[in-house]
Amino acid sequence: MIGPPRNALTRRDVLRATLLGALAATGAGCSAVGAGLLDTGPAPGTLAYWNLFGGGDGVRMQQMEDSYRAANQAIDLQAVTLAWGNPYYTKLALATVGDRPPDVAVSHLTRMKTLAAGNLLQELEPEDLARHGMTAGNFNRRAWEAGLVDGKAYAIPIDTHPFVLFYNTEICAEAGLLDATGKLSPIKGADQFVDALTKAKQVTGRYGATHGINSDTASPWRLFQTLYAQLGGEVLADEGTRVVLDDDKTKQVLDFLRLLTVEKGLMPGSVDYQGAIALFATGAAGFHLNGEWEISTFQAAKTPFSMTLVPNIFGGDYAVQADSHCLVLPVRPDQDRARLDLALGFVRSMLDQSRTWAEGGHVPAWQPFARSEAYRQLTPQSEYAAAADAAVYDPPGWYSGSGSNFENVMGGAVGAVEAGGMSATAAIAQIRSKLSHLASTAPPA
Amino acid sequence: MASVETTIPEPTRVTSPERPPTRAKREAQPRGHGRPALLFLAPFLALYLLFIVGPALYGLVMSFFDTSMVTSGFGQFAGLDNYAEALTSSDFWAALWHTIWFTILTTPPLIVLALVFALLAERASRARWFFRLAFFLPYILPSAVVALIWVWMYTPALGLLSRTMTALGLAEPNWLGDPDLAMVSLAITTVWWTLGFNFVLYLAGLQDIPRDLYEASAIDGAGPWQQIRMITLPLLARTTSLVVVLQIIASMKVFDQMYIMTQGGPNFATRSLLQYVFDVGFTDFRTGYAAAASTLFFVVVLAVSTGWLVMTRRQEPEL
Repeated sequence: MIGPPRNALTRRDVLRATLLGALAATGAGCSAVGAGLLDTGPAPGTLAYWNLFGGGDGVRMQQMEDSYRAANQAIDLQAVTLAWGNPYYTKLALATVGDRPPDVAVSHLTRMKTLAAGNLLQELEPEDLARHGMTAGNFNRRAWEAGLVDGKAYAIPIDTHPFVLFYNTEICAEAGLLDATGKLSPIKGADQFVDALTKAKQVTGRYGATHGINSDTASPWRLFQTLYAQLGGEVLADEGTRVVLDDDKTKQVLDFLRLLTVEKGLMPGSVDYQGAIALFATGAAGFHLNGEWEISTFQAAKTPFSMTLVPNIFGGDYAVQADSHCLVLPVRPDQDRARLDLALGFVRSMLDQSRTWAEGGHVPAWQPFARSEAYRQLTPQSEYAAAADAAVYDPPGWYSGSGSNFENVMGGAVGAVEAGGMSATAAIAQIRSKLSHLASTAPPA
Repeated sequence: MASVETTIPEPTRVTSPERPPTRAKREAQPRGHGRPALLFLAPFLALYLLFIVGPALYGLVMSFFDTSMVTSGFGQFAGLDNYAEALTSSDFWAALWHTIWFTILTTPPLIVLALVFALLAERASRARWFFRLAFFLPYILPSAVVALIWVWMYTPALGLLSRTMTALGLAEPNWLGDPDLAMVSLAITTVWWTLGFNFVLYLAGLQDIPRDLYEASAIDGAGPWQQIRMITLPLLARTTSLVVVLQIIASMKVFDQMYIMTQGGPNFATRSLLQYVFDVGFTDFRTGYAAAASTLFFVVVLAVSTGWLVMTRRQEPEL
């Protein structure tokens, strides 16, 4: 008799309690979210830093962060590493639009300008920079000037990372391509380059050189841009609103690349980024064309190798495709002088550790180190230091820059020619049509 | 003490006066049911509104504006410009075709092979668990793992498949580098990976077919092939229509494999529509236009699914 009603009540009680509990929990959750949303900012002693470095670069950046922490124990450095490319720039843009940006962030020089155009980056005043010893003259001139937007600085370049030529010292010695000091004899002009690759191929029995083509639009673009710029060619003008592709020069470059892959079989026309690295690391090719950052990979693989500038193939003024890693200060609502100095102090600390950074292959932008004897002693990293002064950056434009759709359009077409699936003429038509569409689209910022 | 005090008045309160209200409640039940049901659904509904319906509506509104990732707010009103741009963009149509082509390449084998393997696994007299597990196992792998395994198998000059082909004296196909072959290679990977899901659905369907039908037909002299054709397949029809619609939707949503294995290449030959949306939205920062493209895609998927459901509904009375 007593059982059922008591049960009924208890059940209701339980339900009510559960509901109350759930509401309380939701309330607590909401207040936590609310606190997160309304939070006015991190404590004064913290410094949030976002970067996009993996692999060997990631390890070196952590060393640099650690030594900053050791020297500034009162500051809580919160370093976050995110996957490079779209996810990184998306998060950086959204965090800044949402008023919760990091104090300092890494950006590619060629991607920074779209962020600056969207008013997401703080302009860096010369007097603020000077307080921390950072004057324009202390940076590689080309990197510094390429980073200016309407003559104003929004980014501090820490390096230049050019496209370089890796060569296997054992294979090249056997092929008679090294000079008396054991370095690659200078290669000048298309014929000498073909000749060097042919000799290397005779030694390896497989390929002369490799670079990523399949599912890799960046490498074909970087190689194309290097050769095309040596001919003096440009792709975009007027901040990307005009396509100024030179058909003759483009065809000349594409025909040469096709000669190397399809006609002479000196380079594989169908290999992906990792495959191209693996072929070079295992001695199936004497040369490898890639960004200098892969130095760590080949050191780890114990490949006998060295590095040098990509040769001047077409005899014009020397030029080589490159980009720079920069440190930027996103716009934040609570900016004051103290936070600015904290952030700039961190930037300066990174520059002072240029040696650690240069070991990863990047050419230092910080001249006090770049001009030092210590850097000159650092080989093979300093062998291609001249690339920083001959660096050609992706043309300015909202859809351009490292990892952009511009590189996809260019690299996709160049890769298709190298794979033998497309004629140079068809590639030019495709590039022109896709770029014209982008050029005529209103910029998002 | 307290318990005694509370329990004693209860019977009087509960037993006698409550009877009439119970009857009243029972009469009102069809309507009264709603509130507790809603309460129980509330946690789900709140999350559903917050994370599915809300963003979907937001996206729909965004598609009429020049919304950008690098500025706050909706930006300038664009009217139907974004839709007009998508519908006249050759890249949009190419990407849509790639998605449809992928669906055409993957749906038939994923249904036929799943059915065949389910029938075979069901017939195995020994180690049945092994066959069931073996076909289902790839499905539990994350897409990134599957993609990495297959990228290495497809790698020219070094990969397992390429080496096997050259060892057999055949020309080495450029699996992921040939624009015509790349989509087929992705389809092969996908079939291997997701076959297990349809396979399990068919296994479940097979369990529902009464054994005595087979017995009776065997007595009437039906062979195994006749049994499959006259009993198994017709009785699996409902499973098949479910599998087909789920498979079409799954295939049209393809993104991971291309994004990881080919980046939409070579030369955009495998860029699916979702990757196109990703490219314009997240690489170009043009979220308003990306929202318009994804709304159009939503309409396509909705039309295909509705079309299929209407077709199978009509068939159902005959089954």
